[in-house]
Amino acid sequence: MANEETQAKAGVLQGTLDLMVLQTLDTLGPQHGYAIAARLAQVSSGALQLNMGTLYPGLMRLEQRGLVKGSWGTTDANRKARFYALTAAGKKALAKERDAWDRMAGIMDVLLRGDA
Amino acid sequence: MLALREWLDRLLGTLRLRRADADLEAELRSHAEQAGDGYASRLAVTQSMDAMRDRRGLPSLHALSSDVVFAWRQLVAHRIVSGAAILSLGLAMGATTAAFRLVDAVLLRPLPIAAPERVAFAVTWFVDARQRFDYYDSWDYPTYTRYVALVGDRADLLLVGSSSPTEVVPPGASQPERVNRQFYSGNVFGVFGLQPAVGRLFGPADDRTPGGHPIAVLAFDYWQRRFGGDPQVVGRPLRFGGQILEVIGVAPEGFTGTEPGHAADVFVPALMNVEPLDKPGWGWFRLWVRPRDGVTLASVERLLQADQLRDQREALALLPPDAPPQRIAAIKSRRVELQPAGSGASAPQKDFRRPLFVLASLVGVMLLIACVNVANLQNAQALARRREMALRVSIGADRWRLVRLMLVESALLAVGAAAVGTAFAWWAAPFIVSQLSTADDPIRLALGLDWRGLAFGLGLIACVTVLFGTLPALRASAVTPIDALKSGGRVTGHRRLTHGLIGAQTAFCVFVVFIAVLLVATFARLATHPLGFRPERVLVAEVDAPPSPQGPARWAAVVDGVRTMPGVESVALAGWPLLRSNRWRADVRAEGQPPQPDPAYLLNVSPGFFATMQMPLLAGRDLRAGEGRPDIDAQSRPRDGVAVVNESFAKAYFGGRSPIGERVSVEVRPRIRASVDIVGLVGDAVYATLRDPIRPTLYVPARQTGTAALLVRTAGDPEAFASALRRALGQARPDAHIRLIATQTELIHRQLLRERLLAKLSGFVAVVALLLSAIGLYGVLHHAVILQQRPIGIRLALGAGAGHVVRQVTGSLLAAVAVGAGIGLGGGLLFGRILEDLLFRVSTTDATALGAPLAVLGVAAALAALPPALRAVRIDPARTLRAE
Repeated sequence: MANEETQAKAGVLQGTLDLMVLQTLDTLGPQHGYAIAARLAQVSSGALQLNMGTLYPGLMRLEQRGLVKGSWGTTDANRKARFYALTAAGKKALAKERDAWDRMAGIMDVLLRGDA
Repeated sequence: MLALREWLDRLLGTLRLRRADADLEAELRSHAEQAGDGYASRLAVTQSMDAMRDRRGLPSLHALSSDVVFAWRQLVAHRIVSGAAILSLGLAMGATTAAFRLVDAVLLRPLPIAAPERVAFAVTWFVDARQRFDYYDSWDYPTYTRYVALVGDRADLLLVGSSSPTEVVPPGASQPERVNRQFYSGNVFGVFGLQPAVGRLFGPADDRTPGGHPIAVLAFDYWQRRFGGDPQVVGRPLRFGGQILEVIGVAPEGFTGTEPGHAADVFVPALMNVEPLDKPGWGWFRLWVRPRDGVTLASVERLLQADQLRDQREALALLPPDAPPQRIAAIKSRRVELQPAGSGASAPQKDFRRPLFVLASLVGVMLLIACVNVANLQNAQALARRREMALRVSIGADRWRLVRLMLVESALLAVGAAAVGTAFAWWAAPFIVSQLSTADDPIRLALGLDWRGLAFGLGLIACVTVLFGTLPALRASAVTPIDALKSGGRVTGHRRLTHGLIGAQTAFCVFVVFIAVLLVATFARLATHPLGFRPERVLVAEVDAPPSPQGPARWAAVVDGVRTMPGVESVALAGWPLLRSNRWRADVRAEGQPPQPDPAYLLNVSPGFFATMQMPLLAGRDLRAGEGRPDIDAQSRPRDGVAVVNESFAKAYFGGRSPIGERVSVEVRPRIRASVDIVGLVGDAVYATLRDPIRPTLYVPARQTGTAALLVRTAGDPEAFASALRRALGQARPDAHIRLIATQTELIHRQLLRERLLAKLSGFVAVVALLLSAIGLYGVLHHAVILQQRPIGIRLALGAGAGHVVRQVTGSLLAAVAVGAGIGLGGGLLFGRILEDLLFRVSTTDATALGAPLAVLGVAAALAALPPALRAVRIDPARTLRAE
């Protein structure tokens, strides 16, 4: 519950954080939390600034669901960090979520522009 | 699926089996260092940790688990008090569980048959000899066939024989063994919707011709127990005396017949019980009814009642014109009723329904006492922990949190007690069942624990927790920090609760002890009830033999043979033994006297009966060989006879003057009277049961053609003589079947089975209840007086007299005891009415029943209250006040 509140506060559309994280990990391969946040800030041109209180519980939830797997490693700058990698279940979930998003986006598109 | 996985992971997180705090913090710090914005990031680390921790576990479970851990530490810290609470509560919960298992197994558990709620069994209500309503539920075969025709296709009528012990020689064995055999009509298995475990069950086609279906079905338990579940037993023979039956199959697992308490072993088609088929009035089975779809039980009941009314008119027409009004009323009071049979129908059910109810009530009250005790303890501890609670409130705990903390502690106690109780019940329930059994009537009950027992146990824990946990929890949580933190602050509202607990404790205890005293006194009176004969060293054998005209002569030869055996003092024959609940009643008149309101009792006896039973012959002589009894001959003409009568007979019929040489008439068949010359007078003796009042009785010469009872007075141990008698009977009458060999003392013991059990168990419950409440009362009173020490000191300092002060302080507490005792007695008197017919010559206003419990509680109360009060008086008032 606390988690959903923080998500809403961060301005992240409900349920999209998971998809964004999974997609990021799919694109970039195993990454640590800071890199994921930086990537999301970058692709949103700075519009999406995830704070720690949103990002890390979110990662933990994905891990609890078995969609990602975390392990300690070192960054390029030789710093210790926890790296997250997609699991097989995570890949499957990502494909499913992406399809669902595409369908929903299509519907929203038609609805909002009133093409039909 | 994902949600379940997540929940499990978080459960592990709660149990500290996932990432440690340090690991979480390291990850956040690594992020902060990479972000590099100094102070803001470090602050975010601390703030995010909470969200992470919540995410890792299940916060609500986490709080609960810390409550459990804390409560556990509290219990361990007070381990003696907790141990005592768990033990006493465990004992009470165990007794409750045992009572439930018994009540469930005997009365409640539905039979494993199709639609148990739709079956019923027919009973006939009547007014018994003691003017009380009773019913009999055995029916004869002619009535059954008439009812089947009457009911037609409205309902299935099932003939369900009583599960009665009989001797069988199983396949492959040479010696007979005892099994419970139940006769079923062919439609029973079908209507019950049962499927065979092996082979087949019998159906309507297997129950068409009398004596024409030599087949049998085994019960699953018997099959397992005796044949190790061997399917090859199908097709093999079972030998019942001269009858050989082929095993055709095994009934399904779990089906133990229809009689809770008398599990059946072998099922046989009803028409194989040939002898009683054409005998009206020979009741040998219960009549079960299952209405077809769309037919109500009530409409079937009306049909049967209409037939019963016709029967009544016939019986009334056969009465002599001057029949006493009681007999007319008794006949008119008969009524057929269909009773629910979904939980089976058996004699143990009928006999033990009320005793079990009484026991369950007593045990329930004992549980309440234990709950009050534990509530006391919790309350006292809550008082001691007021500062802790106040501290919790002042750092922000809400009231619900405190209540939950206390309730978790209570629940832990209850779970511990339930574990103790389960162990106790495990042992107690089978023990009680074994107490109910006799050699030829073993009570076999399916006591197995199932979901019903589990549900009861969990419900019990919940109830008990709420019962003893709620009040102290609410009280403890209602602290205002400022009051509690103040040293020696006043304990508001405490006195009312204390008084209530003391009153309740006393009331419950007095109630239980009062009822127990009544039941124990009943047993004592029955056990010492004068019998009128001497049962010691008498051995009794009940023998079934095929009826034949040579019967009397053959029996006389058996008696003569047994008399010459070594170790035999005397031997006699009777229609049945005394105290076997059999009665032969008939209307008896003395010439020129008004008719007696009740029929007299008759008993068939041979010469030597009075000497064997050692009943004193007061006047006249014993019966002689060759004398006849009042009877009818082959042409239904009366045949006269002789008789010896008892003192009650002489008193009722002849006003106490000697009846020797007088002549009375006995109604031997409806409207046929035979004359009887009275030749002797004996002392009064009990006849059918110990409870029946002694009635005018005629002992008439036995002319046993078939069944008879052999009574042997032995010089030594009668039990040691049993096997010799068995052998002798086997040689003298190879055609006969011994139904029972027992000592007369055992028959008396058996009469007292129910009373003995009630007395033992209620006595046990009462002692435990008394002990628990004496301890509880001591605790509360002691505590209450200690709390009063300060007011005592103040009053003494102000110059009050010591005795006056003590009286004033302890007075209200003792008043609570007195009020509680009054309520308990009132409850006991009310409840006593319900169990009146379980009592014997004990009235509920019996003074001895009141004294004992009050005395014990009084002593406990005085011991608890006086020492601290006296100590308070002896203390220097100045010191008490300085302690503030």
